[in-house]
Amino acid sequence: MKSWMPFEWIAAIRFLREGRMQSLLIIVGVGVGVAVIVFMSALLSGLQANLVKRTLSSQAHIVLLPPEEIARPQSPAAGIALRLQKQAQRLRSIDQWQQIQARLEVLPEIAAISPIASGPAFAVRGDANKAITLLGIDPVRYSGVIALPERMVAGQLRVGAGEAVIGIELAKDLGADVGDKIRVTTAGDATETFTVTGLFDLGNKGVNARNVYVSLRSAQSLLDLVGGVSSIDISLHDIDEAERLASKIAAETGLTADSWIKTNAQFVTALTSQRVSSNVIRFFIGLSVAFGIASVLVVSVIQRAREIGILHAMGASQGQMLRIFLLQGGIVGFFGSLLGSALAWVFLMLWRLMARNPDGTAMFIIGVDPWLVAIAAGGASLVGILAALLPARRAARLDPVVAIRG
Amino acid sequence: MADPVTNPVLQLTGIRKSYGSGETETEILHGIDLRLERGEFAALIGPSGSGKSTLLNLIGLLDRPSGGQLFIDGQETGQLDDTGLTRLRGQRIGFVFQHHHLISAFTALENVAMPLLVARGRPDADMFAQAGQLLDQVGLAERKQNLANQLSGGQQQRVAIARALAMSPSLVLADEPTGNLDTHSADDVFALLREVNTRLNTTFLIVTHDRRLAARCDRIIEMVDGNIVADMRHQAATN
Repeated sequence: MKSWMPFEWIAAIRFLREGRMQSLLIIVGVGVGVAVIVFMSALLSGLQANLVKRTLSSQAHIVLLPPEEIARPQSPAAGIALRLQKQAQRLRSIDQWQQIQARLEVLPEIAAISPIASGPAFAVRGDANKAITLLGIDPVRYSGVIALPERMVAGQLRVGAGEAVIGIELAKDLGADVGDKIRVTTAGDATETFTVTGLFDLGNKGVNARNVYVSLRSAQSLLDLVGGVSSIDISLHDIDEAERLASKIAAETGLTADSWIKTNAQFVTALTSQRVSSNVIRFFIGLSVAFGIASVLVVSVIQRAREIGILHAMGASQGQMLRIFLLQGGIVGFFGSLLGSALAWVFLMLWRLMARNPDGTAMFIIGVDPWLVAIAAGGASLVGILAALLPARRAARLDPVVAIRG
Repeated sequence: MADPVTNPVLQLTGIRKSYGSGETETEILHGIDLRLERGEFAALIGPSGSGKSTLLNLIGLLDRPSGGQLFIDGQETGQLDDTGLTRLRGQRIGFVFQHHHLISAFTALENVAMPLLVARGRPDADMFAQAGQLLDQVGLAERKQNLANQLSGGQQQRVAIARALAMSPSLVLADEPTGNLDTHSADDVFALLREVNTRLNTTFLIVTHDRRLAARCDRIIEMVDGNIVADMRHQAATN
């Protein structure tokens, strides 16, 4: 008997040790529940992080655009019906974009900013003529927003004068390769010939077939946006902040600010639904674990009724009896969560071995967050204590006369 | 302040106990008056259903009377709340039950130290030394580290007696302490109770069906239908 240990701890541990098989079974039960929760959480967060990463590989977190042009009628004469035709949106530059960029750069939430001059054009090579999106970029800034250098599959990301980087799909469509020349023509009949310096694969067929990166200056002159930019792409340290920050920037600058959350509303809704359904599953697993603990402790209270009665008779207070059984719930929950975390780790290792892409690389990276294990351990102990509340109250209120008589 | 030395260990005045309410109310004890002095060794006898166990539960502060007054060491217990009753019971009253009721997860030594552990909250060397001495006194020096279920019935009852004495109580209540034992063990256990009574001057109230054992007590209190019908001192008892 450890001298530093309070009476309640000693009794709780001894009771659990005596009912060894019962304790072991419930610890395994809790362990399996915790393992499923930890494994599922790790899998889900890995999967979601992977999906978000893939989705955002070719998108900025926030895109700033010039405000929409709205037709403003002169004040109508009373009684005259008015039909207002919506104005077509032409390609315009963001007013005073340098100042806006300078103001945004000091915001701590923002990781990188890249001004872009983009617009529609055609890429022509020989007989092939493809509709493209021409993007004039500063490669260093743009790499901070989209990890283009990592996505180069041939050549290099170099957009000097007369140089362009195109996607692998467009290269296929035009039959072009690094070093070949393509001609780019805009709707305004401006034309320039570029040498392909690199091919990229952003993991999105549409983007690979459409985007053509050139220098900011070339795009500005081709799109008739001399000195101007049509959008400002922003990447953030925390992608979940995108919507909040977009609203803030829109309010401060008067520009249209589209966050990735808004642009990919359906995708985000799907992620949220997935999260909600997994929370529901987690809740029910937690509930079944709680009922498991409670049922074992209820049986234990019935089995130990006489011992509880005798402890009462020798002066044990209701509080002491309550704590003995609450502790048993907590201990079972805690050890169950340790076992569960170990099991989850084994499941994850097996998953890593088995879930592989056809080329043998990992399907996606999942890891066990130490916080998740800590939360599972704390949560399971708490669930154990809560589950023990009912049996513990029963033990505390057991009438010693009835208990001793059996 | 009640003086435990000059006051009787136990005093009951007009103790009533009834169960149910209204028309279904049944009175089990009809005004019991009883006084036990320090060092008395008394037997409480009576047929089944006479109210012996109900009275023992009231005296043991495991239950509350419906009427009357109950003093332990001169302290009136009617005013005490549950916590107060539990504390008083732990400090002043020891129990020996027919079915020993040792806690099976603990050794003999730990079982004897249990009342001290409950009262003090944490184990200490002193309480085990004291529990060890008590086990020596009941003849179980060699069995201290045995778990409760590794002992014979007689040995378990001896451990239960040692446990009842752990807090040096004024009053030990024994409910059929030998009821579950063979004649030889029963005699041994009874002799042990008697020896403790003589040596420590502890008051004993023993509920028994066994008239042979009752006759070996200093005083026999007989109950019938919730009343004390006879209260015989040693002379009368032996006659």
